[in-house]
Amino acid sequence: MNDLDYDKSLTSHVEDIAAGDHVVAAAFLEGAPAFALANGEIVFAAGNNRRIAVHPDAAILVTASDSRLIVTGGDDGRIFLTSAAGTTQEVANEGGKWIDAIALREDGAIAWSVAKQVRARDAKGVVKSFEAPSSVRGLAFMPKGYRVAMAHYNGLSLWFPNIVGEPETLKWAGSHLDVIISRDGQFAVSSMQENSLHGWRISDKKDMRMTGYPSKTRSFSWSSDGEWLATSGADACVVWPFHSKDGPMGKAPKECGVRAPKVTQVAFHPKSPALAVGYEDGWILLCRLADSAELLVRRTPDGTPTTGRKRAAISALVWDSDGKRLLFGAENGDAGMLTLPV
Amino acid sequence: MTESTSDKIPVTVLTGYLGAGKTTLLNRILSEDHGHKFAVIVNEFGEIGIDNDLVVGADEEVFEMNNGCICCTVRGDLIRIMEGLMKRRGKFDAIIVETTGLADPAPVAQTFFVDQDVQEQARLDAVVTVADAKWLSDRLRDAPEAKNQIAFADVILLNKIDLVTPEELREVEARIRAINPYAVLHKTNRCEVPLSAVLGRNAFDLDRILEVEPAFLEVDDHDHHDHSHGHDHDHGHGLKHYHDEEMQSVAFQIDGDVDPHRFMPWINLITQKEGPNILRSKGILSFKDEPKRFVFQGVHMILDGDLQRDWKPGEKRQCKIVFIGRNLNEESLRSGFMACAVEPQH
Repeated sequence: MNDLDYDKSLTSHVEDIAAGDHVVAAAFLEGAPAFALANGEIVFAAGNNRRIAVHPDAAILVTASDSRLIVTGGDDGRIFLTSAAGTTQEVANEGGKWIDAIALREDGAIAWSVAKQVRARDAKGVVKSFEAPSSVRGLAFMPKGYRVAMAHYNGLSLWFPNIVGEPETLKWAGSHLDVIISRDGQFAVSSMQENSLHGWRISDKKDMRMTGYPSKTRSFSWSSDGEWLATSGADACVVWPFHSKDGPMGKAPKECGVRAPKVTQVAFHPKSPALAVGYEDGWILLCRLADSAELLVRRTPDGTPTTGRKRAAISALVWDSDGKRLLFGAENGDAGMLTLPV
Repeated sequence: MTESTSDKIPVTVLTGYLGAGKTTLLNRILSEDHGHKFAVIVNEFGEIGIDNDLVVGADEEVFEMNNGCICCTVRGDLIRIMEGLMKRRGKFDAIIVETTGLADPAPVAQTFFVDQDVQEQARLDAVVTVADAKWLSDRLRDAPEAKNQIAFADVILLNKIDLVTPEELREVEARIRAINPYAVLHKTNRCEVPLSAVLGRNAFDLDRILEVEPAFLEVDDHDHHDHSHGHDHDHGHGLKHYHDEEMQSVAFQIDGDVDPHRFMPWINLITQKEGPNILRSKGILSFKDEPKRFVFQGVHMILDGDLQRDWKPGEKRQCKIVFIGRNLNEESLRSGFMACAVEPQH
């Protein structure tokens, strides 16, 4: 056990928030902390915990958000946009079929998938559809051009919704889950069923294997300079270097926040080379990349029965745009916010 | 391995060839007053006549795992659906997966052993196969899927028995037994069985493996229909013995102990080499100098085994293994197993 006393702790700067159900995502909307819950609600934490039943009697499965909006996809087959003011707008209704993946572009364009069907709705509301070779579990907008990267069985497809023609494919055998694109648009990285990551340099489709995880990677975060990719799934936050033209090829990743429990959520600070790391036992550490120095943000007491089978895993972790507040949520409905001391 | 199974959601897999009566059984399960709440994963919407919040359409996407094991296929859609369902834990206490009539049950079953996240949340309870008494014999000849479903089953509902004569019924029963003598067989009309016959079976629970012997598996469903044709001399016994050319079950027994240093490499080798042909395997072993019974069960190449309870005082220490599969080489399996015995066998 390395649950030792941490010299420096931020725990007194954390405010508890009762989100009330499995937290699927956390976001700051116009600076206001908000949670998307598995019970279909969005909760605004400020003031009186205002609750909006965005997906009544349904579960929110997937979300994407920027500093203004959160878009949610549910097992009711519906997609809603919710703003900081709490107004909701239905964007799509797929007739009860589960929304499997969702992505949001800066200009307000949204992409989502329902099994093999992928749709992209541009900022003007024009929807284009594409049928992927197999079910799509991950979506990401590429930074340049109106283009959607999708993860499916045996690789990725890069689709221009406004251009007729076959999408470019990046192949690798196996089932690909999430997909993330580097800030400069040069690299694509997917998480895989077999507890590994796969990367491609898009220009020449060169493969990169990133293996050794004991569980699936389901949370990614780029550093503010775009040179580091933090990942969940191991008993430390594994951070891959992307500063050279070869990406992480032949380079060892950095590790920080080493503990026995596995990392479930990662969030790079938006300005400093430091990151927040959430664990399957509900702990959160703040780690500095350069020397792996750690600050304790949250610890869960031993032996306390929680609603989950074990101490509930951190399931959402996000910084505000200034990097002053860190919002988190757990699978059992616990949540909270760290406000960094000035 | 030490984790209790009780807090994992039980999953019942419902298979059966087209038209056998799967949907009838599903509707019965959902409409009966049993106090359970089910999440149901179906291959086609609209077949279920019952309102249920948690009916999920599946796509039956089967894919291979990248682990060098060619028979290690899983249902990708099921992994995805399980992940979503776990966000609604508390809304249901059991899951039923209905497969299409042409589906191979193996990828469904394997999903619950191969995917770590699914395995942490759910446990396979049983594979229940509904078979049509009138047409099954034909399907066993012309549809490999039907044979797979019978071979794979823990529970078989031989349905629509009012459409066949007692002779035909015995015939089809014998054909089932030639393939799978270990499943619990119920003879039904309109899938009328108590729900306890299909749910809460714990068929993959290592504590229950081989608890029942094939000879004790003949369940009397009070099939009075049979008695109306009273001239049948051998009714109730005299099951015909068939040999299925392709699919068989083999069972071996050793009185006394096996050497785990011989048995473990052998069973691993056999399941690796013959994995694609071995649909199910089960065994209870007495290891030399080990006070506990070793129990395993397998689906193709995936083996799940553990030391279980102590051998009881006075309990005869012996080893039994069973394979159900395609084109099994009985002699080679027998000699391989016998070579693991501590005392020479004959």
